[in-house]
Amino acid sequence: MWPIVLFMLVGAPQPRPAVSPAASSCVRCHLQLDGALLEPARLFEHDVHFKQGLSCNGCHGGDPTVGVDSGGPGDAMNRARGYIGKPPRKKIAALCSSCHSSLDFMRRYNPQARVDQYAEYLTSIHGKKYAAGDPNVATCTDCHGIHGILEVASPNSPVHATNVASTCARCHADPKRMQAYGIPTNQFELYGRSVHGEALMKNNDLGAPTCNDCHGNHGAAPPGVDSVANVCGQCHTVQWDLFNKSPHKKAFAEGNLPACATCHENHDIRRTSDTMLGAEEPATCLTCHDKGSKGYAVAAEMKSGIVTLQNRLDAAHQLLERAERAGMEVSGPLYNLSEGRDRLIQARVVVHGFNAADLLKVLEVGDRIAASCKESGNKALDELAYRRKGLAVSVAILLGMIGLLLIKIRQLGK
Amino acid sequence: MNSWISRAGDWLEERLGWRAAQELVQHKEVPIHRHSIWYYFGGMTLFLFGIQVGTGILLLLYYRPSAETAFESVQFIMTEVQFGWLIRSVHSYSANLMVATAFVHMFSTLFLRSFRRPREITWVSGALLLFLSLTFGFTGYLLPWNTLAFFATKVGTDIAGVLPVVGPFLLRFLRGGDEVTGATLTRLFGFHVAVLPAITTVFLGLHLYLVQKHGMSTPMSVDPDAVPKMKFVPQFVLRDLAGWLAAVALLAALAALFPWELGEKADPFAPAPAGIRPEWYFMFMFQTLKYIPARILGIDGEFLGILAFSLLGALLVLTPFVASGQKREGRVDRVVLVGIIVVIYIIVLTTLGYLG
Repeated sequence: MWPIVLFMLVGAPQPRPAVSPAASSCVRCHLQLDGALLEPARLFEHDVHFKQGLSCNGCHGGDPTVGVDSGGPGDAMNRARGYIGKPPRKKIAALCSSCHSSLDFMRRYNPQARVDQYAEYLTSIHGKKYAAGDPNVATCTDCHGIHGILEVASPNSPVHATNVASTCARCHADPKRMQAYGIPTNQFELYGRSVHGEALMKNNDLGAPTCNDCHGNHGAAPPGVDSVANVCGQCHTVQWDLFNKSPHKKAFAEGNLPACATCHENHDIRRTSDTMLGAEEPATCLTCHDKGSKGYAVAAEMKSGIVTLQNRLDAAHQLLERAERAGMEVSGPLYNLSEGRDRLIQARVVVHGFNAADLLKVLEVGDRIAASCKESGNKALDELAYRRKGLAVSVAILLGMIGLLLIKIRQLGK
Repeated sequence: MNSWISRAGDWLEERLGWRAAQELVQHKEVPIHRHSIWYYFGGMTLFLFGIQVGTGILLLLYYRPSAETAFESVQFIMTEVQFGWLIRSVHSYSANLMVATAFVHMFSTLFLRSFRRPREITWVSGALLLFLSLTFGFTGYLLPWNTLAFFATKVGTDIAGVLPVVGPFLLRFLRGGDEVTGATLTRLFGFHVAVLPAITTVFLGLHLYLVQKHGMSTPMSVDPDAVPKMKFVPQFVLRDLAGWLAAVALLAALAALFPWELGEKADPFAPAPAGIRPEWYFMFMFQTLKYIPARILGIDGEFLGILAFSLLGALLVLTPFVASGQKREGRVDRVVLVGIIVVIYIIVLTTLGYLG
């Protein structure tokens, strides 16, 4: 109800102003002021709305054609001409939505623009509490900015992928603000340590997820236990497929456990290692599988297979490196060894099926490659030994011949 | 048995007149004095050249001269062909050894003034043979088509392109185009196995003929009539052979203990690896060019450097005509002085090139 009333109060999308933003009396006048009255105009010059030709009156109302060359501030900031001043906080979302929810209006600027942000927002935790009058929850301007709003794709925008987590953390890492809602405030810290956080915030890898990828943008909500893995599965498709066919799927669902996050955490997702797997501390499997159980045996078997392959590949690599350092040409076997390492990577993915037989099939291929590379390494070292023996014999013969020559020379005299 | 041999000899004498050569060899003598050791270096260079020809022919059986196949064919030779590793490494090491002995032979004949009358043409043909051996080295270096070879050729042909008037033509002539490509490889391969051997045969034949014609030169401090001599056959030849066998042992040891590197296949789109440098026998020139300022009196520095080396090369060839055949008493021996300065310069610049 309220949103509709507010929409009607604020009005339909504003028509294009008669003057460009730079020529508007609002900007021209405010640029001559200082302090808090200068800031909005200064920031607005970098705003995406400014660049699209939209002026202050688009949100604040009033008349941008008067107030500098003719008339005064009172004429520009005239309530009779629609001036609303600083919009009240509880009206901000609807005000933004008055343009951003209208496809007719938005397609002028971007035919592909989404127009459902406000509708999504109202379904979110933020939106619901906002509609109920909570002034502490996020609304449009808290994330996107007020006067210096940049495109989402701009790296300086607070909602650019690399900045989203810090923007969410402004509130969600603040214990005082979050106290009223009873939710943890360590998510940003955990995310920052995670493999995703490192990839996105340190290495600028835009392929890595941030808050909105799992929680949603405008419809932000904590993913449900049964739905969070769907998010992981959007990128980690193979593991997700395997997990769905594994015995863990039913078992986790029955235990109301959140699939991937049960073993890998939700915010503090660390780089995986082989120590997570197996029947020895600190393996994650031991969290549920006690000694003697079937799961315990499978975990141990899978771990043992992977460790064995790793050791065989390392041994083959060392052998080949030794041969290479000695000058033997082993670039072919070294290249083939990388195929073995690919099998190891594949094995670590196949683990998510939690089926020892399937895993062993993959490991077998890797073992064959490791064995073949090891054989090549041994052959190279054998060849090296043969060459050195051959050299010793040849040099001995040559020195013998030189010796005989010297004797003959001495014999002949001058 | 003996009569059979002598009858065969008579048969050949009637058709080839070979006994004249046999008599020349039997009567050839080598002077013995404190500088006799240097007499061995000419023969050693010839022997190493023979090794190059032999190993080169064997490599030709498997080498494929195109950008797509060259590297792989050398890899095949190193890994699959029986004793391919030995032949290839010997070919590479022997090339370097041959250039070294050629330099020693050149400097020893310079200091001992062996270029003086009537051996001027012997010297000229010898200087040209030295340049031919450097050209053999340059053209052969590209053939494995690995990263080092590719960029060394690029830099080397870039330098050739600096010369005015002929530079751009020379660069395109050497490269078979504007850039170093498979066309360059094919072209340099053709030079390396056909053109250069043909030219070398001519000058080597001339050089060896003249050495036999004029006999062994003696230093000016030695009286050629009074100096003790040893017979070429068998005394000198046996000593030569001992040296050659030692060279073979050295090459075998180098090939077995330090096989010549294969490297990585050349990638024309990759940047030049850091610290790229030419083979040691070009290093002193390369290093000199690095030290020359970009412009000297308005003229391009690199051009001046190449011009200077070209003039020095010409001077080397014309040494018998510009250097005095006489050692002036009481005055500094200019030939020895210039020679020592050049030797020291080469050693210092080569060392700096490797330290840098």
